[in-house]
This record gives sequence, C-alpha cells and structure tokens, in this order.
Amino acid sequence: MTTLPAATPARKPASGAQQKLLAFASLIALLVFFSVASPNFLQTSNMLAILQATSVNGVLAIAATLVIITGGIDLSVGTLMTFCAVMAGVILTNAGMPLPLGVLGAIAAGAVCGTISGTLVAKMKIPPFIATLGMMLILKGLSLIISGTKPIYFNDTPGFSEISTGSLIGRIIPSVPVPNGVLILFVLALVIGYVLNRTVLGRYCFALGSNEEAVRLSGVNTDAWKIAIYALAGSICGIAGLIIASRLNSAQPALGLGYELDAIAAVVIGGTSLAGGRGSILGTMIGALIMAVLLNGLRVMSVAQEWQTVVTGGIIIAAVYADMLRRRRAAS
Amino acid sequence: MTPAATLVRMTGIDKHFPGVHALRSAQFDLHPGEVHALMGENGAGKSTLMKVLSGIYQPDGGTVEVSGEPATINGPRAAQALGIGIIHQELALMNDLTVAQNIFIGREPRRSFGRLDEAKLNADAQTIFAQMKVRIDPRAEVRTLSVARQQMVEIAKALSFRSRILIMDEPTAALNDAETNELFAIIRGLKAEGVGIVYISHKMDEIRRISDRVTIMRDGAYVGTVSAADTPIETIISMMVGRALESVHVDIPDLTSAPVALEVRGLNRGRIIRDVGFSVKQGEILGFAGLMGAGRTEVARAIFGADPRDSGEIIVHGKPATIRSPQDAVAAGIGYLSEDRKHFGLALGLDVRANVGMTSLARFSNAMGVLDEAALQKTAQDYIAQLAIRTPSDRQEVRLLSGGNQQKIVIAKWLLRNCDILIFDEPTRGIDVGAKAEIYRLMQALAADGKAIIVISSELPEVLRLSHRIAVMCEGRLTGILPGGPGTRQEDIMRLATQKHGAPEEALA
Repeated sequence: MTTLPAATPARKPASGAQQKLLAFASLIALLVFFSVASPNFLQTSNMLAILQATSVNGVLAIAATLVIITGGIDLSVGTLMTFCAVMAGVILTNAGMPLPLGVLGAIAAGAVCGTISGTLVAKMKIPPFIATLGMMLILKGLSLIISGTKPIYFNDTPGFSEISTGSLIGRIIPSVPVPNGVLILFVLALVIGYVLNRTVLGRYCFALGSNEEAVRLSGVNTDAWKIAIYALAGSICGIAGLIIASRLNSAQPALGLGYELDAIAAVVIGGTSLAGGRGSILGTMIGALIMAVLLNGLRVMSVAQEWQTVVTGGIIIAAVYADMLRRRRAAS
Repeated sequence: MTPAATLVRMTGIDKHFPGVHALRSAQFDLHPGEVHALMGENGAGKSTLMKVLSGIYQPDGGTVEVSGEPATINGPRAAQALGIGIIHQELALMNDLTVAQNIFIGREPRRSFGRLDEAKLNADAQTIFAQMKVRIDPRAEVRTLSVARQQMVEIAKALSFRSRILIMDEPTAALNDAETNELFAIIRGLKAEGVGIVYISHKMDEIRRISDRVTIMRDGAYVGTVSAADTPIETIISMMVGRALESVHVDIPDLTSAPVALEVRGLNRGRIIRDVGFSVKQGEILGFAGLMGAGRTEVARAIFGADPRDSGEIIVHGKPATIRSPQDAVAAGIGYLSEDRKHFGLALGLDVRANVGMTSLARFSNAMGVLDEAALQKTAQDYIAQLAIRTPSDRQEVRLLSGGNQQKIVIAKWLLRNCDILIFDEPTRGIDVGAKAEIYRLMQALAADGKAIIVISSELPEVLRLSHRIAVMCEGRLTGILPGGPGTRQEDIMRLATQKHGAPEEALA
C-alpha cells in the first residue's frame, strides 16, 4: 500500500456553525433593540425574569434536541413534564416521602416513559410523530387521572420550592440572585452538550440522524441506542417537571400541552435540522433565549399577548428559511 | 413479416452523461408486428437507448424516425402522442387507486361540472382488457393484484394511448413460468394486431421463444442485429462480450492448505435466493458474477444478517454462527461493504473520524461512554496514511470526498473492527479508473494478509481481474463456480449467468 504526501490543511467544519452565529447575532440584536426601545428592559430584575422564563422551555428543548438530532421528534415532552411533576406530588405529598425520593421518582418516571416512546419507535417501528403524539395524550390523561384533576400542592415539603426559586448563586454572590432553575438549565446544557459531543451515545445521535441504515449495517444495535436516547430525553423532561412544579409549588395536571411546540421551536431556531444529523445544545439554548427575550421584550413594550405569538411564529419561519438559504448556498 | 413501413428507425444516437459516453452512434429499428429483442451486458446502453425513444432522455446527436417521419421526442407526453409506450422494470402504479383509475390517470372521462364518469372509466378499461384477452376487474385496487397482474395493468395503460410501439424492460423479472406464459400470449396477441414490441431481457431462452430479431449492444454502441431463430446462443453471447479482453494475469495463490473462513449451506430466501451454498478460504478472493437481479446482493445481505432468511447455515471458521442481525455478523468478523455507499455505508454528514470509528466506538470509550477523541483521531489518521485516503484531515465531512476515498473509509471502518471476512458489493461503482486500480491493489493486499474476500461485481473484467474463483448466479441460484485466471472466458461466465433453471447446459471447462 502506498503512502501519500501530507494532506492539505483542514477546512473548518462548517456544519451548523453559521446558523448558530446567525442565531446568536439575532439574540444580540433583539437585546439591543429592546434596551433602546424600553428603559426597563435591561434592568437586572427583568434579565432574571427572562432567564427564569427560559428555564422550563430550555430544559424541554434540550430533551427535544436529542431526539430531533436522531431524525425523530418528541411531541410528548410537555405532557411528560406534567406527568413527572404529578409523580413528584404523589410521592412527596400523597405518600409523604422525603424530598430526594420525589426528585428521583420524577426523573425515573421520565426515563420510563422515554423508554416506552423509544421502544414504540425503535422496536415497533411506529413513526416518532405518531408514537409520541400517542404518548402525549396518554400522559395528559394519566396526569389528570392520577391527580384527580386537581393540583397537588407541596406545602408539606418546604424544601421543594427551593429547587427552582431558591438561589445557590445568590447565597454566594448576593448581587446576582440567579434562581436555581436557571442554574439547573445551564448545568444541564453543559452536561448534555458534553454527552452529545464526547460520548458514544452522542455520536450515535448524530449517526442515526445522518444515516440510520449505515449505522445498522455497521453492526451497531441501533434499536437499543435509540431507546436509550429517548429515555435520556424523558429523564430530562422529569427535571423540567421538577422545575415547573417547584416554581408553582404545585403539580398542575392540566398544564403541559403546547410546551412541546415551544420546545421544538427553540430547537429549530437554534439551527438543529428536523431532518436529523445536525444540531447543537448551544444553538438550542440560544433559540430558547431568543423566544424568551422576544416575549419579554414585547411585553415590556406593552404589545398585546396575542401579537406575541404571531411574532414567535414568524420568527420560526424566518429562522428555518435563513437556514435553508444558507444550505442551498453551501450546496451550490 | 411484411417489409412494409418501418415503425421506428433510430440512427447515430449519441448520449453523454457527466463522465460517461453512454450511447455511441447507436441504432435500432422496429417493424410493425415484430418482437425485437435488445440485448447486452449491464451498462451496454439498452435502457438508455429506450429512454431516448420514450422521451425520458434527449439524445445529443442522431435521428429518430417514427413511421417514416422524423420525430423529436422531447418528453413522455410527446412519446405518448407518437404511440410509444414503455413498461418500466419497476412498475409505476398508484397502489391505492383502482385498476381503471390507474390506466386513465390524468385523462379521466368527465361529466358536467367536473364530475368524474366512473362508469365510462371502468367500461373503457374493460374494453382494453377484452382486447388483451385477460380478465382483470377494473374496480380492483392495484394493491390487491399480483405483480404479474400489475404488469398487465401497465400494458393496458400503454395500450390506452393507442400505442403502436411498446417497450418492455425485463418484463419477466418478477414473473413465474405460468405468468410468463400468460404475458407471452398477450404479446403474441399484440403482434397479430401490428404492434411493434421492443423486448429487453437477459434471458436467452425467452428471447428465442418470443422474439423475431435480436439487436446486440456493447459499451453504448450497436454491434449487430440477428435473427432470433437462426442464431446460436454462443454467437449472441460473444457479440455481447465482444473480443476477449487481453487476459489479465491473476496471481492465484495455492490455498489447498488454507483453512475455510466462511461456509454457507442451503441459503434460501423466498424466490430471491434458492439453495445457495459455497465457501471461501482465508486469503481467497471469491468473485460473484451474474446479471442484475440475479440475487448476489441479496445473498450478501442475508449472510450479513441485514435481511431475514428462510433457511441456511453460516459457518465461520469451522463453527456454526448464529447471525440474525448485522450486529451478530460483525461480532463473527464479517464486514459488508454495500454497493450503495451513500445510503448504506457512510454517514455522509459526519467527518472521516466518526465514520471510521462507527463500528468500533466501544473500543474508544470508557465505562461511562466518554469517547477518547485523541485515540480516535490517531487511529483515523493512521488509516488515512495506510490506505492513502486523500482528505484534508480526519475532520473532513465524507460527503466532500471522492467515491474512491469514500470507499477506502468504508474499508477502514471494517479493518478497524478486525473483520477478517469482507464482502465487497460492487466495490468500484462510481469510482474513476485510477482509483479503481488502487482499490484492486488494496483488496489483493487484504487477501494476501489472510482475509477472506467476497467480491460481487457486474463488471466481468473486474471479476476476472480479481477473483481466485468465480461463483456465478442466475435467478437466485448458484449456477456454477469457475476457476479464476486466464482459462476462464467472459463467455463462460455469461453462459452460466443466463442459464435458466431446468435447462442445464453441457458441462463447462
């Protein structure tokens, strides 16, 4: 076998980097625009409110990112979040068990439901859209059944509200009272970002989304990995359930529907391809922040709420169209 | 046959595709009431020529005359208007619509206010079937029909355009003997009505049964036209393969004492694979020759566990192996390099490093599943050097690399997994000539290194150049195993490749 002279220098991997940059630039532009438009916008309390508002959607969007990179979709993240919150309520309030068990129980419930979704998709070959649509409705129903359609309050577990609204950072640096919910979001983003880029599971996320059949023919147990990915996404929904229940100091069984669409919107704005194979947690975080900044800014400018949703819809279409344009240019 | 007006006369047809001269001054003619067979090896240009006639491709040069008039066939609609119908190998029917709805799609009879006239639709379909003398319910959903019946619907559809010229591309590929007979009866009926039929097939016995004349093509060019009844099969085969290529020297190692790496016994899968059995020794290159659809890829995929099989034993290094999935096959040391790298071999959007590591990530990660990127990088770079993969770096997305380099990445992937039985399916498809030679050398080096290699190829020169032994398949059966080397001619292989079951040929040298 022959050896060739040294190869030419590497070209920069261009995958998604431009889209992330574009999203980041949009975020900065929005921040600048709103701070000029409204003097109240840049105040610390408002910034914290934006982050607080990002936490639940951001965590759900991280879960959705994992599944979407594999080329799937998870419509059940919102109602799964509620289901996990209800499970925490059952364990802590109805059964009176200690706080750590409630936390573990909520995350475990998410993992179990994710495993079920993953099995439906991988083993029973039900298209992800349908499988998770079914799960979405099943979980909504179960949440209402288990809770007796009434909110479950966490008044007997004083530490529970600290999960989201307390501030570890504020205890150390009192001038920056970042709520724990936001802290959890950022830590989770770092962990899942690491998992996606540095672990076998992450590598298979991209590989499955890029070409599932090639992965299968490489002798990889694609079904098992897919189930593992849905399970991980499910357990992240459990974390989201804890954050929202802690913030409301109650599990609200009627909540949850619609959250999946916000999460998917954040993922898409962040440059993750719905066709699979491309995406990043950083992009998703920027996407979630763009949505939160936009909603907050419009509110600060006293734009009616119904117009806020119209603008969000427009942003999604614009973000995806920008991505399409970029890719078409890259292809030619 | 009357020497009356010629239905079709194609002369000097030229067609270029990027990098390929697909048709070189090809010619063809067709009389009314004639079945004219078009034969040639894979890639000889038969289908391309017929796509020119049916308006799918525009020729770069040459003239087409229909019924003596010069014709410009600039699309399928123009072909229809001239009475040219084509029945593709892959049927193009809408499964959920009824037979009649399929036949008249786009030309539905209407009543006032745009309402459909279903009664007329079904009656018109019935008229065509009566003309063909077949009984098919026009109201039946196409989905519920057998492949043979669906094909008759396609023929009916072509006839509904008042086609006088009917092109059939391997119409019997999916038919059994009874269905073939039924199809031939229809063809004879159409002949009697003066329809001219172009019949593309690889099956010698069918050609003799149904056709009047045979035109042979090779490498995109016209070779000759002969009478089907009076020309010996040997003559047709030698016209197809042409002058024997200069015999390539193949170093065939003495493998008498080499251990058997892979043995397959009684492999069956439906009608696609029938009782296939063979063995490959360590250090041996076993070629698999045959025409398209002979079942070679299907055999490879069944051995690899990518498709289910009905029966069959797979013995790896003397031990029976349980292979139910590609995972099992890889664990047994079998690697499969698909004919379609882009769909089945590579994750095109990922980089070289990720693709090379695809089969072996477990080896490059700790108990927590965290990847050792440094080790992966080093390994990928080692293979880039060892296999001379031309890429700017191991971070390059593989979709940006050439076919030859992509193929090398697939090879690296399996070498890294320590696979010692490698199945190459069309290893040089889409690869340019220079890179081909490199892939050949690589495969020979792997064999010299003790790997057992199976190479499936539709290019006879490639099979002859590489193989130590040559297995030939036809219609799902292994029709023979020939020795490699200069003693075996392309004609010998072609004869086995066209040998229909139940028509045993005399023993071959």
